[in-house]
Amino acid sequence: MRKNFNEELKKLKNEMLKMSSIVEESIYDSVEALKNQDLNLAEKVREKDDRIDEFEKKLEEKCIQLIALQQPVARDLRTIIVISKVVTDLERIGDHASNIALMVENIGQKKLIKPLIDVPRMTEIVNRRLRDSLKAFVEVDVDLAQKIALEDDEVDKLDEQILRELLTFMMEDPSTIGQAMYLIFISRFLERIGDHTTNICERIIYMDTGQRDEY
Amino acid sequence: MSRKYKQFFGFMALRLAGLIVLFVLFYIIYDIVSKGLSSINWEFISQPPRRGMTEGGIYPAIVGTFYVTVITALVSVPLGMFGAIYLNEYAKKGRLSRLIRMAIRNLAGVPSIVFGLFGVALFVQWFNFGPSLISAGFTLGLMTLPVTITASEEALKTVPDAYRKGSLALGATRWETIKTNVLPLAIPGMMTGSILGLARAAGETAPILFTGAAFFLPHLPDSPFSQFMALPYHLYILATQHHNISVVRPIAYATALVLIVLVLLINLTAIILRIKYRKKFENK
Amino acid sequence: MNNKTKVKVENLNCFYDDFQALKDINMEIKSKEITALIGPSGCGKSTFLRCLNRMNDLIEGARIEGIVCIDDYDIYQNGTDVVSLRKKVGMVFQQPNPFPKSIYDNIAYGPRIHGIKDRSRLNEIVEKSLKNSALWEEVKDRLDTSALDLSGGQQQRLCIARALAVEPDILLMDEPASALDPVATSRIEDLMKDLAENYTIVIVTHNMQQAARISDRTGFFLMGELIEFDRTETIFEKPAQQKTEDYITGRFG
Repeated sequence: MRKNFNEELKKLKNEMLKMSSIVEESIYDSVEALKNQDLNLAEKVREKDDRIDEFEKKLEEKCIQLIALQQPVARDLRTIIVISKVVTDLERIGDHASNIALMVENIGQKKLIKPLIDVPRMTEIVNRRLRDSLKAFVEVDVDLAQKIALEDDEVDKLDEQILRELLTFMMEDPSTIGQAMYLIFISRFLERIGDHTTNICERIIYMDTGQRDEY
Repeated sequence: MSRKYKQFFGFMALRLAGLIVLFVLFYIIYDIVSKGLSSINWEFISQPPRRGMTEGGIYPAIVGTFYVTVITALVSVPLGMFGAIYLNEYAKKGRLSRLIRMAIRNLAGVPSIVFGLFGVALFVQWFNFGPSLISAGFTLGLMTLPVTITASEEALKTVPDAYRKGSLALGATRWETIKTNVLPLAIPGMMTGSILGLARAAGETAPILFTGAAFFLPHLPDSPFSQFMALPYHLYILATQHHNISVVRPIAYATALVLIVLVLLINLTAIILRIKYRKKFENK
Repeated sequence: MNNKTKVKVENLNCFYDDFQALKDINMEIKSKEITALIGPSGCGKSTFLRCLNRMNDLIEGARIEGIVCIDDYDIYQNGTDVVSLRKKVGMVFQQPNPFPKSIYDNIAYGPRIHGIKDRSRLNEIVEKSLKNSALWEEVKDRLDTSALDLSGGQQQRLCIARALAVEPDILLMDEPASALDPVATSRIEDLMKDLAENYTIVIVTHNMQQAARISDRTGFFLMGELIEFDRTETIFEKPAQQKTEDYITGRFG
């Protein structure tokens, strides 16, 4: 039944997964660029953002087309709507990764004011959550989605921690303000990525149950 | 090759059959017209017979046939119509309606002489109407009943069920629906079908043989309870029972011609009615 | 749109001889709402509709068990006046079936049957009914012409006007637009939305998008059972029953 529609839906999901893996790469690369102060890598991340934007446009268009032509209802409809929203979230995540890369470029080759501990830790959590949320999407695993959504607090805490630490740095030595600001921004961008990931999880829950809960 | 020949021979055979039918029909008409036309004149149609049927006309027989056909119509058409309405609109498809339909079919197959005898037993003797227009008319009416019922039912069946449903859904009763929505559409069909049946009845001899037809009466029937002269019976006597058959032969043929023309006129009425009503529906 | 119950169906079972067409149906139809009944062919939705104005009585071998209450009155109890029931509960059929009479006589048919003879009153009713079914402007100058000359969509609106002329509370519509082209269908749907302000409408349709477009509540029938009955938004966004979901997403056998 509805072979054509099923295939289209499958293609749509696959494309979204492709997009998400590029986004994951970007996050990883942007922080690697920070760790190694690799300006080439940072530039590559920024260029990749165009591809991500293209993906968003294409997938959004595809969703609208499916709605117009196939008149989906119930789960089909929820799935397509969720995909179109997740795609937007992914695009914003990509923007944040690109912004991180921009901050890396701003820091440049100056010596890092402190060894990076929290930022990599935050990045690991953020990346894992994003990966797992896409896994929850594919497997329609509401429990997993819920679990991931609740982990957002961890990310927020780390962001706060980084902010406080860097504030102390800035107060003690005003010359560090420049770099510290960039590092604060990077932390904030990672926190925002965490928020978007939480959104994605909320949408997955809606897709399966029809319930809209806030986490 | 053989299939084409088969088709050819098949069509030939059919054509032949059709031609034979036409031939027979035209021969009969020709025979009657050629031998009877000479005796037809105004006197023949408007005057009573004289001198033992050898002279004069057959006016009383024409009148008698007319009267008895009217009575037949009055009996058979309403009964047929209402019977058909009951069967088609009210009766549940159970044993009773099947029984009734079977009875109608069988009634249609009863020989006309049996009807005649039945008419004698019931109307002439038991009801004590004596031989009369009424006895004959009722007998013929019963005989025509299968035709009128069937024709009426067919006419009712042609009215689309959607009209009935639409009317009932508006809160009309069954009878209101029939009266205002079904009957007006079915009546033309009922009429034409019944008229064709009446045309047959007008030409029947056996049913009126003992129930009221007489060979010679001094005056026209003055009440439904009087006997009457009738064309078919008159023809029968002239052709077979008359004491001077050869003399009256031309008159017999002329009587036959008048009878055929009468039947033709009745049928023509039915056809014209049908055409008129068909046009009415086509314009809509 | 108030939330008063207009029709309450309890434990309704319907049989055609030995065949059970409806199994234990329980449903509350709210006043001045459009309730749509969907389901595959032969699932019982038209049978259910006919139970509401006792048109099933006309079918040989039809037998009803259970209660159908309209305005708290069980229409199947002894002594029910079926004629006035059908005045109160009007019906429009799938195939437009105008009578072979003039447009005027079609509309006036119902009122005349119910005793209205006064010509000016009939004129009023005819005009009002035709206006309410969005047909007045198109036919006001030819009320005496035959109804059979109208187009399919117009004929159906005529049938709706005819039903409205007897001033029913409830309108039952059995796939009213399935014989019509998309433009005519759209007009009928707009009309139904307008009518719902004053009438309770129950519509049987096998066009799910139509049910989704116009109805307030939707009932899904399958093989004589009412599988799910809920607000239309819920049925089409997150139905509770898997069978409902399978049907409306077209993944049904």
